[in-house]
Amino acid sequence: MTQDRISKIVEKLAPSGIRAFFDLVLNMKDVISLGVGEPDFVTPWHIREKAIHSLEKGFTSYTSNKGMPELRKEIAQFLQKRYGLSYDFLEEILITVGVSEGLDLAMRALLNPGDKVLVPEPAYVSYGPVVELAGGEPIYLQTNIKNEFKLTAQQIDQAAVKGTKALMINYPSNPTGTSYTKAELLAIAQVVKKHDLLIVSDEDYDELTYDFDHTPLSSLPGMKDRVIYLNGFSKAYAMTGFRIGYACGPREIIAAMTKIHQYTMLCASITGQIAAQDALKYGQRDVAEMRKEYNRRRRYMVSSLNEMGLDCHTPQGAFYVFPSIQKTGMKSLDFAKDLLEKEKVALVPGVAFGPSCEGYIRISYASSYENLQEAVKRIKRYLQKSKE
Amino acid sequence: MDEILEVLVGNGRATPEEIAKLTGKNVAQVKKLISKYETDGTIVKYKAILNTELIPERRSLVTALIEVCIDPQEDAGFDRVAERIYNFPEVTSCYLVSGDHDLLVVVEGDSLNTVADFIASKLAPMAHVRSTRTHFLLKKYKEDGQILKKGAGKKRLNISY
Repeated sequence: MTQDRISKIVEKLAPSGIRAFFDLVLNMKDVISLGVGEPDFVTPWHIREKAIHSLEKGFTSYTSNKGMPELRKEIAQFLQKRYGLSYDFLEEILITVGVSEGLDLAMRALLNPGDKVLVPEPAYVSYGPVVELAGGEPIYLQTNIKNEFKLTAQQIDQAAVKGTKALMINYPSNPTGTSYTKAELLAIAQVVKKHDLLIVSDEDYDELTYDFDHTPLSSLPGMKDRVIYLNGFSKAYAMTGFRIGYACGPREIIAAMTKIHQYTMLCASITGQIAAQDALKYGQRDVAEMRKEYNRRRRYMVSSLNEMGLDCHTPQGAFYVFPSIQKTGMKSLDFAKDLLEKEKVALVPGVAFGPSCEGYIRISYASSYENLQEAVKRIKRYLQKSKE
Repeated sequence: MDEILEVLVGNGRATPEEIAKLTGKNVAQVKKLISKYETDGTIVKYKAILNTELIPERRSLVTALIEVCIDPQEDAGFDRVAERIYNFPEVTSCYLVSGDHDLLVVVEGDSLNTVADFIASKLAPMAHVRSTRTHFLLKKYKEDGQILKKGAGKKRLNISY
């Protein structure tokens, strides 16, 4: 038994072409990294303290499959207050192991073999694979810098052929930082209704929106029943390692997702769930502080990159900029490797987010201002030298 | 608080050009506002926070927190006595506080003797000072919002999606 040890579906999954590049970065010392997709803040102390205290008190058990009712109640109240969303904490909210698990559960709960799912590109790296693992077929909708990497209603309208079941969307977006105004979302909602699609909406970066108020798709008229709203604590509260996310949606979908979750994950860690309650209750000031700080770095990076001739749009959220390197004539992976070797600055080549993202790089500004300043200096020097 | 001030509180050495980039304002505007803050006293001065543990000649520096009870004076309340105290260069901070004493005075000196001398010969005998209670500082953990111990460092990977 050597030929087909591995399932066909896994074998077929496109291997990440930039794995070797990542290994290169991880083994290198003294690198300034703008390649990290997580906050550079440590989880606020009151949240960590709460988690430590819970361990001291012996909270080390399983929780209910759906997650602690106290946390679900807290989330329901928070969403009501923040966005006017009303979800029943008993049946419409599921605590997941990060938004990543939520994405996987949603796909497995919704898809029959061959169902099509619309995925905007650039896409977060797991989007295509979770569709394929669930037996579905991702249809990539390419966006570009001219349109600030925004998906349009028209694109959805043209792509939603027969057999299309859902649209996956992520805003503010990793890797582009692009987000949508309420008016833009209303247009998307309209065409989604026309084609009777479901939406899996990953809004993990909602609290890091800078230029306008974030609008959840599920808050738009008539959309609550079509949307699986995914969010979590990683980005807003700098809690990536706690691995806590949540899914809100129509009860039969949440029930289906819970069924998979209970057989595969059982429940999210209790320490993380307790910490997450504290984050929602007392963390709003921390979120505001971090947002302000990220916003300053965003302004700094966008103006610095444009000054040195790397065109980029001003992202409305998250902590990424996605500049074009087309002027250098280099492929994004070559550019990233060369920059790493010559100037020890790490960033993520655009191709990681889809073939149409060749010619772009993702820069994360979740790094100290001093690091950003030094990185800008080095990239500038690199560009000047390569021109000579 | 004006964002320019927020940036300067975090980094007193930020240049107007940097501040302009960070806040989305133009350089001339930033320069104008900073000089206004400097003139009207909003910005008192720029200084560095040092970890004196790492400076050999300052490692022996002695700090005392002194609770001072005073008799308030007619017309001037506590202010006149406070002024007589805080004018001493040895006094690095001076606060009027509620509770069972009136002033909290911070004194710095080269040695235990210098500080003790100052208290015994200057502060305690001063007119209207009723009593003093001195606490010598043993270890600084955090100062001006800054934890002084070098952190264990964040353990982020250098790259991730």
